[in-house]
Amino acid sequence: MQAEIAVLRFGLGAKPGDLAAAGAEPRAWLMSQIRGPAPLAVNTPLAPSDQIFAGLLAARDERRTMRQESAAQGAEAKVAFNAVREAYQPHYRAQVLARAQSAVLTPRPFAERLVHFWSNHFAVSADKGVVFGLAGTLENEAIRPHVAGRFVDLLTAVEQHPAMIAFLDNQYSVGKDSSAARLAANFRRPDLTPKRQFGINENLAREILELHTLGVNGGYTQTDVTSFAQIITGWSIGGGKGRLAGGTPGRFYFSDALHEPGPKVFLGKTYAEQGQRQGEAVLADLARRPETARFIAAKLVRHFIADDPPRGAVERVAHAFSKSGGDLPEVYAALIGSPEAWEPQARKFKTPQDFVFSTLRALNVSPAQPEEVIRTFDLLGQRQYTPGSPAGWPDTSKSWDGSDALMHRVLWASRVGAKYESGIEPADLAAASLGNYARPETLTALRRATSSSQAVALLLMSPEFQRR
Amino acid sequence: MRRPLPRNTSRRRFLLGAGALAASAAIPEALFAHTGGSSRLVVVILRGALDGLAAVPPYGDPAYAGLHRELAIAAPGGPDGALALNSLFGLHPSLAFLHERFAAGELIVFNAVCSPYRDRSHFDGQNVLENGLTKPIGTADGWLNRALAGLPRGTGRAPDRAVAISQNVPLILRGEAAVISKSPQMTPDVDEDLLARLADLYSKDDWFSARLSEAVLTEQMVDGAADGAMEKTSARAGYPDRAGAVARMAADLMRSGGGPEIAVIEASGWDTHANQGGAKGALATRLAGLDNALKSLADGLGPLWPQTAVLVVTEFGRTAAVNGTRGTDHGTGGCAFLVGGAVRGGQVIADWPGLSPRSLLDNRDLLPTLDLRSVFKGVLDEHMHVDAKTLAKRVFPDSSGARPLQGLIRA
Repeated sequence: MQAEIAVLRFGLGAKPGDLAAAGAEPRAWLMSQIRGPAPLAVNTPLAPSDQIFAGLLAARDERRTMRQESAAQGAEAKVAFNAVREAYQPHYRAQVLARAQSAVLTPRPFAERLVHFWSNHFAVSADKGVVFGLAGTLENEAIRPHVAGRFVDLLTAVEQHPAMIAFLDNQYSVGKDSSAARLAANFRRPDLTPKRQFGINENLAREILELHTLGVNGGYTQTDVTSFAQIITGWSIGGGKGRLAGGTPGRFYFSDALHEPGPKVFLGKTYAEQGQRQGEAVLADLARRPETARFIAAKLVRHFIADDPPRGAVERVAHAFSKSGGDLPEVYAALIGSPEAWEPQARKFKTPQDFVFSTLRALNVSPAQPEEVIRTFDLLGQRQYTPGSPAGWPDTSKSWDGSDALMHRVLWASRVGAKYESGIEPADLAAASLGNYARPETLTALRRATSSSQAVALLLMSPEFQRR
Repeated sequence: MRRPLPRNTSRRRFLLGAGALAASAAIPEALFAHTGGSSRLVVVILRGALDGLAAVPPYGDPAYAGLHRELAIAAPGGPDGALALNSLFGLHPSLAFLHERFAAGELIVFNAVCSPYRDRSHFDGQNVLENGLTKPIGTADGWLNRALAGLPRGTGRAPDRAVAISQNVPLILRGEAAVISKSPQMTPDVDEDLLARLADLYSKDDWFSARLSEAVLTEQMVDGAADGAMEKTSARAGYPDRAGAVARMAADLMRSGGGPEIAVIEASGWDTHANQGGAKGALATRLAGLDNALKSLADGLGPLWPQTAVLVVTEFGRTAAVNGTRGTDHGTGGCAFLVGGAVRGGQVIADWPGLSPRSLLDNRDLLPTLDLRSVFKGVLDEHMHVDAKTLAKRVFPDSSGARPLQGLIRA
C-alpha cells in the first residue's frame, strides 16, 4: 500500500504508471519532489500581475469616461462594469486552465499539491472584483517560487503581492499621522461633506495574524491587530493618480506618504525600523513564533492525514518547523516521516478539486478548454480561486459531504464516463488509478456494468476513489 | 450499451420500482414517513458580519451621525432617509419588504445583540453563532441539529425535517440527526440504473449509503414540488439573484408534501471593510438582494407563511466609527431580524446602550445587551415547541444566563 499512499494521499492521484514509479521507494519518490521552485508544468504564457492590473486600470478609466458621457444620455453604467470584467476574464480563464493542466501534467504531483495547499492557506478570492483576474497570479508568482523554500520568504512574498494587498484592502490603509493625512488635513475645507477620514483598515493585519501565521488562539490582542495595521500602512500597489501616484503600476509599492511614522509596539516588542522594513521585521518574527509552527503543522497534518489531526504528527512537524527556522523541505520531510501518514485507511474525503484532478489524472486527460474546467468546478461547488473568504476552502469532510454535493459528483462522473469511455478497459483503469485500494466488490460492479461509460462512473464514485 | 432514461419516470417511481436493490440497501422506510408539526422555521445566516448600524440605523442616537459619517443613514423623511420604526431606530432604505412586514405586525427588529463571542474573528464568530456554545471549539455539531432531537415527534426518524439550501451542510445543521442538503442549482436527472448500482456498491459503507439515500429522497421532494405545479427554479440563476434562487428553493421544498419544517440559508458578502456606501452603494445593493430574497421566500411559502418564522442573523456587528477606507472593521454588537406570519411583530427589541464614547465596547464597538441565544431559545420554545429540558441542557449548554425571550411568536 505504500506506493498507493504516496501517490494518492500525498500526490494528486495516480496517472497510468505512477504507482510503478513510486514503486519500492515511495518516501524517496516524495522527497525528490520537494527541492526548488515548482513552476507550472505547462508552457502557456500567462500574463504577469502587473500587466493584468494595468489592464484593469485602463478599463476603469474607460468606464469613468463612459460614465461621464452616458450621464447626459441616461445610459446604464452596466456596460462599463462589463468592461472591467472583460479586461479580467481572459486572465482568469487562462489561469484556471493552466492550473488544471499542470495538475495533470506535472512530474511532481506532491509539490503541486503543496502549491495548492499554500494557495488555500494564503487564500484570495476571485469573487472580489479587483481580485478576479489576479487570483491565480498570487499562486504562480508568490507561492510556486517559494513552495520548497523558507516560510518567511513565502510569507513575505504573499503579503507583498498585489492580489493579497487588494483582496484585504491594504492599499487604502493610511496612517493618521502620515504625511498624506496631514497634507489632506491642511487642505480640508469645512464646507465639503462628507469628508474622507484618513485612517487604517485592519483587514490584512488581522488575517495575517489569524489565518497566515499565529492562528486565532495565537495570543495576540485587538491592540496588537491595530498596531500591526499601523506598521503595514503604506504597503500598497503602484500606480494611482495625482499626489499619491507612485511606484510601478501593478507592483508592490511601499508608499512612505501613507505610512504611519515612528516606532510601534507589537506583541510586547518595540519595532524601531523605518518604513517598509518595520513590517518585514514583524513578519520575520511571526515566522519564528512557536504558535506559527504549531498552526502551520496542524493544517498540514489535517490536509495530509486526517480531519482531526493526530497530536504526535502535529508535534513532530511543528518541531521540525521550529528547529529548521521554517525550512519547508524539512517540514515536509517530518510529515513524510510521520507513521500516522502511512496508515492504510484513507481518512480524507476528497474535496471536489481533489476529485476532479485525480479523475483527470486517472484518465490521463489534460483539459483543452477553460470552459470545461470552469463549468466542472461550478457544478461541484468549488469554483477555482474563489473560496469566498480569506480563510480559504474548508479542509474537513463535514464541509463537503452534503447529500446534494454527492449527487453532483454522481452527475459529473456519469458525464465523464460518457465522454471518455472509448478505449477504456475499466479493470485496467481501476488497477492503474487505485492499485491495491480497489475493493473486490467494486471490481465486480465494474464487470457487471452495462457499459464502459457506466463502469467509469462507478469507479469514480466508488468509496475508495472518493477518499485519499 | 447505455440504457436510455425513460423520459417520464420520476425518481419516486425509480425507488419504488427498482425497489429491491435501492430500497433494501439504502432507503429505510421511515424516511418517507414523517408528518411533523405545523410550524416552519427558516434560519438565514449572513456570513461576513453585517453592519447593524447601517441595516438598523439608530438615527435618533446623537452620536450616530458623527461616528458613522458618510455611511450613516439619515433620519426618516428626507431623501434616502431611513424607513421609520420608532423615534430612535429605522431600517435601511433598501429593506422595503421588511419595513412593510413591520407595519403588518410580522417583523421583530433586534439591535445591540450578539452571540456570546467577544473576539473579532469571522470564523470563530460564525462557529459560536452556529455551535450554540460560548466558545468556538468544543463540539462539531450545531444547535439547530441538536434541537431536532427535541422537536415534538413526527412519525419516525425523518432526516427530511431539516434542509440546508446548499450543496453541503453548514455547521448549524451538522450533527447526529440526519439532514438533507439541496442547492438551488437544478441538476438534470442522473441515470437511474447508475444510482441503483451505486446504492449496491455503497451497501457496506454506511457513510456513502446514508448520503445517497438522502440525495435520492431530496430529488423526490423536488420532483414532488414540481408535480405540485410549482415553478421550477431556473437552473443557473445569475449571480445577482442567487439569493432569490436559494429562497425559492427553500420555499419549494418546504411546500412539497412531507417537505422539511426547517431550512437554513446562507448569504455571504457582508464584510464591508472598504467603500461600504450609505443609502446607496455596495452594502445597499446587498441589503436590497436580501430584502428581495425574503420577499421571494414569503411569496413562495404562500399558504405556509402564516405558520412561518424566519430568523436572520450574522456573526457580529462592525465598528461604530468609519475606518480609513470608507468601510467598517470587525465589531461586536449588531442586529437581527425575526419575520414571518407566525411572528408577533411590530416590535423593536433593543436595550440600547448608546453610542457615546463611554458606552462603546473597547472604545470602538456597539455594546451587546442581548445574547442571541435568548432569541434562539425563545423561537425554539414558542414556535417549534422544543421541550424545555432539551433546550436548556442539550441545545444550548451553559446558557442559563441567556433566558429564552418570550412573546416573540403569536399565541
